[in-house]
Amino acid sequence: MSTPTTTASSATGAPRRGVLRRLLVHPLGGVSMIVLAVIVVVGVIAPWIAPHDPTETSLSMIFAEPGGEYLLGGDSAGRDIWSRLLIATAFSLAGGLLVMAVASLVGVTAGLIAGYYGGFVDAVGAWFTALTMSLPSIIVLIAARAVIGPSMWWTMAIFGIFISPVYYRVVYNSVRAVRGELYVDAARTSGLGDGRIIGRHVLLAVRAPVILLMSGVIAAGIGMQAGFDFLGLGDPTIPTWGQMLNEGFYNITRSATLVLWPALALGLTTVALTLLGTALRDELEGTSERRRSRKAPAWSLDEDVPAVVDHGGEDASEPLLAVRDLAVAYQAGDGYATVVKGGRLTVRRGETHGLIGESGSGKTQTAFSVLGLLPKGGKVMAGSIVFDGQELTGLSDAQMNRLRGTRIAYVPQEPMSNLDPSFTVGHQLTEPLVKAAGLSRKEAKERALALLARVGIPDPERAFGSYPHQLSGGMAQRVLIAGAVASHPDLLIADEPTTALDVTVQAEVLDLLRDLQEELGMAILIVTHNFGVVADICDRVSVMQKGVMVETGATADVFDDPRHPYTRALFEAIPKGAPRAPLAGVTSAGLLGTGALK
Amino acid sequence: MLSFVGKRLATGVGLIVTLAVLTFFFLQLGNSDTAQRIAGQQAGPEAVAVVEERLGLDRPAIVQFLDWAGSALTGDLGRSWFSGQEVTEAVTTRMSVTVTLAVGSVLLTAVIGITLGALAATRRGWLDRAVQILAVIGQAIPGFLLAMALVLVFAIELDWFPATGYTRFSESPSEWLLSIALPVIALTLGSIGGVAQQVRGAMIDAFERDYVRTLRSRGLPRRSVVYQHVLRNAAGPALTVLGLQFVILLGGAVIVEQLFSIPGLGPLALSSTSQGDIPVVMGIVVVTGVIVVVVNTLVDVIQAWVNPKVRVS
Repeated sequence: MSTPTTTASSATGAPRRGVLRRLLVHPLGGVSMIVLAVIVVVGVIAPWIAPHDPTETSLSMIFAEPGGEYLLGGDSAGRDIWSRLLIATAFSLAGGLLVMAVASLVGVTAGLIAGYYGGFVDAVGAWFTALTMSLPSIIVLIAARAVIGPSMWWTMAIFGIFISPVYYRVVYNSVRAVRGELYVDAARTSGLGDGRIIGRHVLLAVRAPVILLMSGVIAAGIGMQAGFDFLGLGDPTIPTWGQMLNEGFYNITRSATLVLWPALALGLTTVALTLLGTALRDELEGTSERRRSRKAPAWSLDEDVPAVVDHGGEDASEPLLAVRDLAVAYQAGDGYATVVKGGRLTVRRGETHGLIGESGSGKTQTAFSVLGLLPKGGKVMAGSIVFDGQELTGLSDAQMNRLRGTRIAYVPQEPMSNLDPSFTVGHQLTEPLVKAAGLSRKEAKERALALLARVGIPDPERAFGSYPHQLSGGMAQRVLIAGAVASHPDLLIADEPTTALDVTVQAEVLDLLRDLQEELGMAILIVTHNFGVVADICDRVSVMQKGVMVETGATADVFDDPRHPYTRALFEAIPKGAPRAPLAGVTSAGLLGTGALK
Repeated sequence: MLSFVGKRLATGVGLIVTLAVLTFFFLQLGNSDTAQRIAGQQAGPEAVAVVEERLGLDRPAIVQFLDWAGSALTGDLGRSWFSGQEVTEAVTTRMSVTVTLAVGSVLLTAVIGITLGALAATRRGWLDRAVQILAVIGQAIPGFLLAMALVLVFAIELDWFPATGYTRFSESPSEWLLSIALPVIALTLGSIGGVAQQVRGAMIDAFERDYVRTLRSRGLPRRSVVYQHVLRNAAGPALTVLGLQFVILLGGAVIVEQLFSIPGLGPLALSSTSQGDIPVVMGIVVVTGVIVVVVNTLVDVIQAWVNPKVRVS
């Protein structure tokens, strides 16, 4: 299949320098960064701007009204709420940073070693990860306090170790992935030491995910500290938001503002950190919604489409399928990637029509357009698709459903990924017969079993009850063919139906398609990059290059006299000695190497 | 299937054993003056020695542990050093309250989270954005802060629910429901977003699968493919998240219980650790571990039932 990859590549290949700037203009990223900057500045200068000692108690200031000597009033012990809030900001940020530092240090180091060397560290890492997931961290921290006493720093450090598996797993998986890459092998064989390889290649791969986790882990640390102190387990000499919340909550009847300020500070900080993480992910992974503009940009075909070389020789009867000047485009950024520019195709009743071209030539996109099932983001921009006298472009999904399955059917390329792994073969065959074709359950089952037998499956009853992963690729493809022809369609669209199969199975599947065609009198549009397939079963062939139809005619005419330079290039790319028009049953000849065509 | 469950349980038992060993010997580090505290600060060395002998604290730690483990296997987790209460009974009664809160929240989270996630994935647009914002906020704001807000509004201002306290189901089902409503809602609010986000992601992922196109090519309407095939295939990831949420909710319950004065595991954990009541702490850790292992095994079994690949192989 040839889905355009422009959107994905533009995002991953983004220059790193731009991330900070893009983050600032990201609607969530900009705001949260400003909020966080203010909070950090407040935290850093807190000791100098706090008007009072946050632990200094004063009998006369107990529950003092805001506005007097104490800007935000006094708490139950007569301490200055404003000063406590300021100092607590510093301690909360420090606690969060400590959690992040410990978690990333432990997690990244262990992940690098376990991922790169495996063995003992790997086993311990997996075991420790399972351990941390089987106990709520607050229970661990409470138990730890029984031993170490009320120390904020130790508590946060232990929490850091406890959530280090978050980093460990991400780093471990990245390293595992990189470890298998060819360039790492190349570095090893060229004599680079492990340290250099980890430093140069592996660290580079884990940098992005580690940065992504940062703000979330800091937020988790701050939240955990607040919860821990809210339980009254914290160090009483250190003012924290959690302690202030605890104090305020138990005096809630005296004044709601006691709770309001620390709650606001805590909520703002954690929300800003989390939003920053989301924005960072958007920008690093290119999933930002922002760049997708609200209104679709204008599309136009920016080049002339050359005329197709037509060998003629078609009979004058009404075609079953007529595609004219088809254009298919995917929105990419502020413009479009047009993948089909001049789709022209005429398929007559009962004929087998080959649609050939290299990967990315638009042949699969043309086939999906006929089915009305273009991948997400793809759209038919211009042209017409007439099936049996009915114009298909512009039809609603419900209208297309009446044609799909019953009159136009589809056989996909990759058999395994096209069967739902969670349902039995029987279910997947009968469901459309019941829901779309209106058969009863019993009739549907009988038809499905007969079809399975017809497509050459040795034990239809058993296959009927099997799950897709219990079938071989060839069997799965037969099941898919059975499903496609179940309701005797007029047109069967087969997208590289043999590419994913073993060579011996390829021939059998082509034979099956040919036999079914004769039996049912249907037309087949077969998408392929293999001239052997065309020579084997196609009456007519159309050649596509870069989204444009370049040559069309009877198979024999095109083979004898390829006129378009691209068609000739395709023939020249067939290895020397391989038969042009293969012997019956031999279908493996002439797999095109795309590199040779450029 | 049986051997599959057996294997999961065996791993779980291993985890619980390591958990018990680690906790026990870790707690020994802070166990130097426990006997003195039990006997009272005024007690002389003889009185302390009597307490040590009575509790068996004069024996080596390893002997104490094996002794504990031996009776733990029979279901006897010893007695509290301070109150003399049986630990098994104390922990299980209180655990039942905590588990009620956690299970209630998980069920509520599952129903609302999956519905929101599925709607966000199929409808997209404003609903999708709303779910994502909810997810971020739920993830960001600590659960007890939400709980506090709920108490302020619905218990203190509006007086719809009791602010604190817990009524047993056996006493009055309706009051029981009222007494757990706010805690459960508080816990649920924090976890819905994450689950909805996961379901949304899994469904959008499933939408792009080849088999969805193939099923659609057979004339099946989009709706029926979504509800049968896409949702079914998104169920696996959703279940995994719900299993993880359960552990997180157990932890959240500890704080929320304290806030609502609910006699669950949280208050017991707080009092026992501050006293250094090792038998009770051990009981809490081990019973929590057992429950988590049981829940995880259950999730794995349901997972296998949903995903035939796991079941058959």
